[in-house]
Amino acid sequence: MKPPPFDYVVAESVEAAVAALARAPGDAKILAGGQSLVPMLNFRLLKPAILVDINRIPGLAHIQEHDDAIAIGALTRHYQVETSPIIAQHFPVVTEAMRHVAHLAIRNRGTVGGSLSHADPAAELPMLALLLDGTLQVVSSKGKRTVAIRDFLRGALTVDLAEDELLTEIRLPKLPPATGWGFAEVARRGGDFALAAAAVTVTLADGVIGEARIAMMGIGETAQRAYEAEALLRGRAPDPALLDGVIDAVRAAVTPNTDLHASADYRRHLVGVLVRRTLDAAWQRACGGQP
Amino acid sequence: MTASRTIKLTVNGRAYERAVEPRLLLVDFLRHTLGLTGTHVGCEHGVCGACTVMVDGSSMRSCLLFAVQLDGASVDTVEGLGTIAKLNPLQEAFREHGALQCGFCTPGMLMTATDLIRKYPLATDAEIREGLSGNLCRCTGYEHIVRAIRAVVGSSREGGA
Repeated sequence: MKPPPFDYVVAESVEAAVAALARAPGDAKILAGGQSLVPMLNFRLLKPAILVDINRIPGLAHIQEHDDAIAIGALTRHYQVETSPIIAQHFPVVTEAMRHVAHLAIRNRGTVGGSLSHADPAAELPMLALLLDGTLQVVSSKGKRTVAIRDFLRGALTVDLAEDELLTEIRLPKLPPATGWGFAEVARRGGDFALAAAAVTVTLADGVIGEARIAMMGIGETAQRAYEAEALLRGRAPDPALLDGVIDAVRAAVTPNTDLHASADYRRHLVGVLVRRTLDAAWQRACGGQP
Repeated sequence: MTASRTIKLTVNGRAYERAVEPRLLLVDFLRHTLGLTGTHVGCEHGVCGACTVMVDGSSMRSCLLFAVQLDGASVDTVEGLGTIAKLNPLQEAFREHGALQCGFCTPGMLMTATDLIRKYPLATDAEIREGLSGNLCRCTGYEHIVRAIRAVVGSSREGGA
């Protein structure tokens, strides 16, 4: 179908964008890449009175290295992240995962801020942000605040972002040295939303796992960390019995849905397989090898 | 109906100035306002890839952009690739390999392949298939499309499926 009529406002600055949101509480939507919003408009699932286009705001599409973190502007396109040398250097797990984000034409237009704000349960970016303990910068006409990604993701397509707020940046803290990573995803077709995926990091300390992080998606209402499974790995070197226990903890932690594409049982099984594979890869990389 | 805006943009190297209603999708602007019907409109929600065009040199879904957003932009469509008399190398490869049946998906396939060839090594046929996974061919004629793109990329990059 065709989208319903709306008034169109081009915001030239963050201040102008949040002012436009504040003037029409609940009636205005931010238009960034539009790769999720415009389909919803075309289906007439949404009928906002006003679209506030932020694509012309300068300085929102950056990938910057700071002392302890990498900052990614909300308007950064997926393809920019996929091909960024800074991201490849600090977060190769992100570089690997970005190739799985939709299709090239969508990666060319879709934005980091849009994907995080939309929070599809089977989208890669919320999972990656959760893996990397990202912090989001949120602006409204009343001021700024920061929110941790684990508090930001509230449910399927539901985030801690008020109708008058705009997400402007995510900061991803740098990983310690001797950190390996793994990423694996299963989708019915390349670029489709995943049936399930896992992204992990393993940081060595004194020859054993100092810290392990396990993030998953496609297995519930939001991307999710397996904190209990992570705790089992701390201070240990992986062996088959330990990994069996970790995978049991992962499967116990998720509540996947059944849909046309896969049953809940299949997804629960699958995410365990993917976590085991990614932990293997991350351990090998942390030890200096190539999986 | 909301107030129209006037936009100036370049399409296939030619400058246009038109008044558009904000909700007018780029694909409808190209087809109905400019009469450039080479770009096809399929699903209208970003799934089928038939409407893929280049915006400032990058492939995008023209059903997921509003024309009003493109003031100052440079758009390239399938009409800009070559002419009937002089196909470009990719179009020529599609012709040689029979990489179209009904032709509905072909403009999107050509624009997608143009961007894929520019941006990725396409070292294996699997990589070509993955790159095309966002473009649906309802005749299911993918095999010949992959062969045509392989021919343009070069057989030296031949790999497994």
